[in-house]
Amino acid sequence: MGLKQKLDSLKKKYQGTKMEPAFNAFHTFLYTPNQTTQSGAHIRVADDLKRTMNMVVLALIPCLIFGAFNTGYQHYLALGEISRASSGFFSPEFWTWHNFSAGALAILPILIVSYVVGLVVEFIFAIIKGHEVEEGYLVTGMLVPLIVPVDIPLWMLTVAIIFGVVIGKEVFGGTGMNILNPALTIRAFLFFAYPTWMSGDKVWVLDAVKKSGTPDAISGETILGAVAQNKDSVYSVMDMFYGFIPGSIGETSTLLIILAGLFLIFTKIGSWRIIISTFAGAAVMGLIFNYVADSGIVSESSKFYGLMSMPYWQHLLIGGLAFGAVYMATDPVTASQTNKGKWIYGFLIGFIAIMIRIFNPAYPEGVMLAILLMNVFAPTIDHYVIQGNIKKRLKRIKVKTA
Amino acid sequence: MGILPKKDTKLILDPLFDNNPITVQVLGICSALAITAQLKASIVMAVSVIAVLSVGNVIISLMRNIIPSKIRIIVQLIVVATLVIIVDQILKAFSYELSKQLSVFIGLIITNCIIMGRFEAFALANSPWRAFLDGIGNAAGYGIILIIVGFFRELLGSGTLLGFPVLGDPINKTGVYAFGYENNGFMLLSPMALIVIGLIIWVQRSRNKELIEE
Repeated sequence: MGLKQKLDSLKKKYQGTKMEPAFNAFHTFLYTPNQTTQSGAHIRVADDLKRTMNMVVLALIPCLIFGAFNTGYQHYLALGEISRASSGFFSPEFWTWHNFSAGALAILPILIVSYVVGLVVEFIFAIIKGHEVEEGYLVTGMLVPLIVPVDIPLWMLTVAIIFGVVIGKEVFGGTGMNILNPALTIRAFLFFAYPTWMSGDKVWVLDAVKKSGTPDAISGETILGAVAQNKDSVYSVMDMFYGFIPGSIGETSTLLIILAGLFLIFTKIGSWRIIISTFAGAAVMGLIFNYVADSGIVSESSKFYGLMSMPYWQHLLIGGLAFGAVYMATDPVTASQTNKGKWIYGFLIGFIAIMIRIFNPAYPEGVMLAILLMNVFAPTIDHYVIQGNIKKRLKRIKVKTA
Repeated sequence: MGILPKKDTKLILDPLFDNNPITVQVLGICSALAITAQLKASIVMAVSVIAVLSVGNVIISLMRNIIPSKIRIIVQLIVVATLVIIVDQILKAFSYELSKQLSVFIGLIITNCIIMGRFEAFALANSPWRAFLDGIGNAAGYGIILIIVGFFRELLGSGTLLGFPVLGDPINKTGVYAFGYENNGFMLLSPMALIVIGLIIWVQRSRNKELIEE
């Protein structure tokens, strides 16, 4: 008897019991369930929610592996043990086992906590409410480790995940009903609850917090943190593009994120409209600020000058904008549903992200706040797009009948 | 409560739980979000509202037969404004620090929907004694939520209760801070007060299914 038959017979045994949802989750995770459609459409595609989610997880894995290398690289670079990567994306200084093992050891606990805590909350809710365990957390659990600083204490992550999954998702009715992106809700909670652990120049490099105040103190400011104080960034543009910069664990490499974005567009999981319009919105806002800085409206002594005068295309490479555009803004549940709405939604995300980033240096996380804000507005955008369409078509009828 | 007849007991107990002004009628939310970052402020606010609402209810009830219904809102406003100013002056005289901390929110009791709501819905149609009990009950129902929210926000946000550092010293790392615990800054922001109230409503409705709307 194969595993599938065993699961099928076990399923009959558990039918109607309290643990049924939990059991079903394991079953459908491994195999397509042997349910047959009783009525309505009988043709179904195999890529259900679980397959869709698994594709996104697949697209996130390069970022995770890169994050492990980068964490180790930033750590040893700050300690002065290795030299800066100098020969392009495949620099031998970067891709060493030494870097990877240090980074992986730091990231693995975060990844485990993220999945275990989140799935336990999901299972508890599924059993209490008697519905099936939803797959949404597969992606969220992968996103969370990629968007937090590497030095985040695990208990804070636990609190934030419980908050994010319960308040961000379960109170609305679970996956598919949530207004806000759960991963970003978790990050926003951390950001407002424990700001000292989510910003500044200590948290982005492994062990920097532990070493602060000792003679070995190391610091690794993010590019945004440095530029916001009108300091020059020490990182070259290619470093930004490849991702050899300090930042949240998995969001630094714009190159990999673009490749993963192409994969998601090719598999028709991510919406290319949202991705492109987010970049466009950010570029437009960056151009406006470049113009303001160049025309001398703000003086060089202004606290906004550093970020305003930064070339607009560099804004696209830093601060997780690419990560937000490709993985977060395209979340099918919280984004706009209409095609025209997706253009507006994405454009405003980019536009507002750069605006927050420049005008409020205390909240350099403009991308996170912009996406959460637009999540809230997405249904409104859809409403007006649909109403506009209805009006247009009504007019057409009137013209014909008249 | 054996002292009061059953009908009067209901006047006090109903608004405390099953007909709570904040969690069931969803009135008076603004002040509940604004001043609950500290337990002490919540308690003072609760006491102030109890004083204003119970006395105001009695006054309105006494005048209920002589108030022309066309101008009743103005009369109610004058009554509540008078009482609020008295409370405000007392606070300024006897605990100036606290009154500064509560700033405009004592003054804004005038606009608290619960007060106008009870004047309109109850005091205008009932005897002074019953109006008094209703005022006490509703204001206490409001206060109890304020105190619960204030308790959690101060405990988790600042690690203190009524100003006493119950969780240890965050700077010298004593108490729970020695284990790496940190205060939750989000608790001090108003959005978290809304979420805490939301959680209270959630608990209440899952215990009493009759409160769930269609």
